[in-house]
Amino acid sequence: MTQTTSALPPAGSPGARPLVAVEGVQKHFGDLHVLKDVDLSVAAGEVVVVLGPSGSGKSTLCRTINRLETIDEGEIRIDGEPLPTSGPGLARLRSEVGMVFQSFNLFAHKTVLENVTVAPIKVKKVPRKEAEARAMELLERVGVADQARKLPAQLSGGQQQRVAIARSLAMAPKVMLFDEPTSALDPEMINEVIEVMTGLAKDGMTMIVVTHEMGFARRTADRVVFMDAGRILEVAPPEDFFAHPRTERAQDFLAKILQH
Amino acid sequence: MRSLLLEHDLLWQAFSTTLMLAAVSGAIALVVGTVVAGLRVSPYLPLRTVATLYTEFLRNTPLTIVFFFYVFVTPSMGFTLEYKAAAIIALSSYTSAFVAEAVRSGINSVGVGQAEAARSLGMSFGQNLAIVVLPQAFRTAIPPLINVLIALVKNTSVAGAFSVLELFAMSRRLTNVHSGDVLGILAGVALCYLIICIPLGRLAAGIERKVAFAR
Repeated sequence: MTQTTSALPPAGSPGARPLVAVEGVQKHFGDLHVLKDVDLSVAAGEVVVVLGPSGSGKSTLCRTINRLETIDEGEIRIDGEPLPTSGPGLARLRSEVGMVFQSFNLFAHKTVLENVTVAPIKVKKVPRKEAEARAMELLERVGVADQARKLPAQLSGGQQQRVAIARSLAMAPKVMLFDEPTSALDPEMINEVIEVMTGLAKDGMTMIVVTHEMGFARRTADRVVFMDAGRILEVAPPEDFFAHPRTERAQDFLAKILQH
Repeated sequence: MRSLLLEHDLLWQAFSTTLMLAAVSGAIALVVGTVVAGLRVSPYLPLRTVATLYTEFLRNTPLTIVFFFYVFVTPSMGFTLEYKAAAIIALSSYTSAFVAEAVRSGINSVGVGQAEAARSLGMSFGQNLAIVVLPQAFRTAIPPLINVLIALVKNTSVAGAFSVLELFAMSRRLTNVHSGDVLGILAGVALCYLIICIPLGRLAAGIERKVAFAR
């Protein structure tokens, strides 16, 4: 490690050390080859949106980055460190990678506030008072501070997902993964979650977002990754991707979703 | 029943022995069974295997055989247990297998997303289990666990056949002496078991209502 931080090129430029590096990743579910030689590198501060039809492997890719899915071949590095296969090293690296799930997965038996404070207190050993103060700030930021004493089931889907985002942020992650964060939401709740995500992106959070929200991809993404059948087919800035998709598969996909 | 009243000292001694056997064995079985259930879902295959063997072996062996082992076989292995201690070990190891199964079914009822969220926040396997999974698993496991504990209360009667003076052994002793009151004695003893078991069922219903939460 001879590199100095001041010598680093600006985020997003080709020479920067990637915050997330996925190299030559292969994965099978039984006979099904779900990730085929996937390469992806994400720079600090970058927002990458992964698009593709269902079954294209985009969620699986997202889940391999914090090893909720194992990989058969290849390597994944977070901030230069290879992802360990198990043990305390893996837990520590996971604590630096936030994850937001399609089905929220808030701890059902804990209040909203406890959901946000439990990991900082137990994993990072932050004093309770401090963790609670920070949690309230985050809940304020995502607009659900008034629900802090409630159980998750008493909240709407959109509120639950915003709490889930606050829960991830409480660990001060280097990068956040979003696995279809709005797919389980009623249409009128999608925007409140998208707004929070847009705010995060503006604040410079590094984000990898699997979504079907084309508006978010267009407005917020630095790059769009298009996947089909386990392969990355295109990587391009959103304005290029949406205006001139290069592959036939991407043209097809866009034609289907943008027509209505 | 009159003979039970005459022998109320003996009755009280037997009743409290039954209660002690159930309470102590139950407490040990809950702890051991929970640990075994945790091992059964651990990421390490050897631990899973040991836990599975333990559960299957004890769950599928008659309690009487387990008692025989601790009371008669252990002395030949070089240590002798007091009868009450042997009874507690036999009852708690046997019951712990059933506790482990009840808790494991509770663990399986907790959505996989809960454990995934805990892992994604950097929790270790132990933290995941203790903070996220088990507290939710117990809520589902309360009704089967109470069944297991009620069965335990009744199973303590086996200890009566192994030189522990609890309710069942007392009833045998009394029916020998007061042969005219057999029905009364048996009815009285049955009543004693009801006095222990019915509140247990009530307690379960109470706890269930109290810890209920929507998933």
